[in-house]
Order: sequence, then C-alpha cells, then structure tokens
Amino acid sequence: MINVFEIAVSGLLIVLAFVALNSKSLIKSVMLLSGISMLTVVAFVMLKAPDVAVTEAVIGSGLVTSLFVFTLLSFRKTGEIE
Amino acid sequence: MKHVLAFIFVIVVGGMIIYALQSNDQFTQYGDNDPRQTTSDAYINRDVRDTNQDVIFGESDDLESAPANTVTAIVADYRSFDTLGEITVLFISSLGVALLLGGVNKKRMALNYTPNFMLRVGSRALFGIILMTGIFIAVHGHLTPGGGFPGGTMIASSVLLLYLADDQFRTKVTGFKLLESFAGMTYVIIGLVGLFIGGYFLENFLPTGTLGNLFSAGIIPIIYVLIGLKVGSEITGIIDNFLTEEAL
Repeated sequence: MINVFEIAVSGLLIVLAFVALNSKSLIKSVMLLSGISMLTVVAFVMLKAPDVAVTEAVIGSGLVTSLFVFTLLSFRKTGEIE
Repeated sequence: MKHVLAFIFVIVVGGMIIYALQSNDQFTQYGDNDPRQTTSDAYINRDVRDTNQDVIFGESDDLESAPANTVTAIVADYRSFDTLGEITVLFISSLGVALLLGGVNKKRMALNYTPNFMLRVGSRALFGIILMTGIFIAVHGHLTPGGGFPGGTMIASSVLLLYLADDQFRTKVTGFKLLESFAGMTYVIIGLVGLFIGGYFLENFLPTGTLGNLFSAGIIPIIYVLIGLKVGSEITGIIDNFLTEEAL
C-alpha cells in the first residue's frame, strides 16, 4: 500500500520541476532546483537510503545551488556593462 | 503549449516505466523481496564465502569486513576498486574545470554586492560548525550513514562560506593541491600494500576489531578519511576556480 505522503512528495517533485523549467527568472529556477533537491532528500529517507540522502542534501541543495547562484551573480554583472 | 506537451510526455513515459516494473516477474513487489535469495544477505552478514551467521553490533569481531554501516562495507571494502574509479572521475572533472577556468595571476572575481557585518560574522561562526560536521561524518564513515564523499563536500562547503563572507578571501590553493595528491597516492599505496601482503588489491591487512567501535574495520576508516580529504580539496579547487578570474 503506497503512502499518501509518498504520492504527495512525488507529485510535488514533478510540479516543481515543471515550474522550474518554465520560470522566467533564472534565479527563481535555481531556487526551485534547490527545493527539488530537498524533496529528493525526503524521498531518499522514505526509501530507507540515508547515505544517499546525506550526499544529496550536501551536494544537491548546498554546493550546486551556491555555485549556480555565484555564476548567475557574475554573469549578470557583465551583462549590465553592455 | 510545447511545455504542456513535454509535461504530458514525461508523465506518460513515467507511467509506462512504472507499469513495466509492476507487471514484471523479474522485479518483486516492494516489501515482498526475500533477501536470503540474493547476494545482499551475504553482504549484510559480512560473509560472502561461508555459512551465514548473524552479525551483532558491539559483539561480533574478526569479521570478513567490519564496518557497522553495510553501505560502507560494500562501497569501501567489497567494491573499493570502484570507489577508486569514482574519485578518479571526480579528479578528471576538477581537472577539466581547472583547464577551462584556471590560469596564472588570478584574483577574486568582483561580485555585485559587498558582504555586510552580519554576513561576515555569521559565516565565520557557521564555518567551524560545518567544518566539524564534515570531519565527523568523514571519520565516522564506517559507523554512521555518510562517509568520505558527503564529509569532503561539507568541508568544501565551509570553505565556500568563507569565500561568501569576504570578497577578498582566497584559500591557499597550492596546499589543497598537495593534500589532494597525497590523499590519492596514499589510497593507491594502501591498495598495493594489500596486494603484496594479502594477495588482493586493497586487501584489509590490519586487524578488524569489534564491530561498532571507532577504531575498528582495519584500513576502511583510513581509506574513507583519505577519500574525504581528496574530495574536499578537489571541490575547494573547483570553487576557487569558479570564483576567481585572471587579472587583466
């Protein structure tokens, strides 16, 4: 029997991915990507894989998001000079 | 419209995958799987050669592979050669970033904000906590979930916080490169020592001790700490390459 909570997490993952793809501002997409990573952590914990969950929490929502944000910050700065 | 079509397409393909896995005899239903019929039972009981006997936390000693965390037993002991390949993949990706973005006479890239007092103090206060958590996770990799890869990434995240807090800060990149080379070389040397002593590459040649102690499992904690150092220094190098640019 599949839990209602699991269905909610899976559905929210698909919806968040769709919104992240369609979002107009890039920084909003990056934030939604970070949210997808956090939901994936919840999914991994529910599937009883804590090792993968720790790795996903650190890399997916911490490191990758900050690298994306830094890249966007420097990217926008060169765009304003033109 | 195109996006809605893509959305429907993804849902249809996902439904087909779920349906194919549901009605397949090769995959049992979730929860119905009997681990005694598969190899995972041998891995859980740390005994791939002989009869299966139960492993008791804190009591079993002189096991074939002694990490309390089964995932670590597989990743860093039974499949340790694959892990060597994994950190080689990470090394090649960091080498690619260094080839694309690296250079001589680099300085910090100017960001379009100046860190204020709260950001500076808060980041420095969080730096120690995150660094200690990363070191804890890497050292306790054979006992708790986690291990070298998340621990090393946490160490790199703490360095990233320092980069965030000060727009003139740079780490000593040369030291990190030396640490990375030292960790990678020591991993291979430990493997070669195992080859000469036991006859297998990465053979566990130290006494394994009691399951669940911090000082147990022979070479596994040493290997995981080395992996943590290597991953941490590699990702720190990638972060440094991302946040610096060549002086004009």
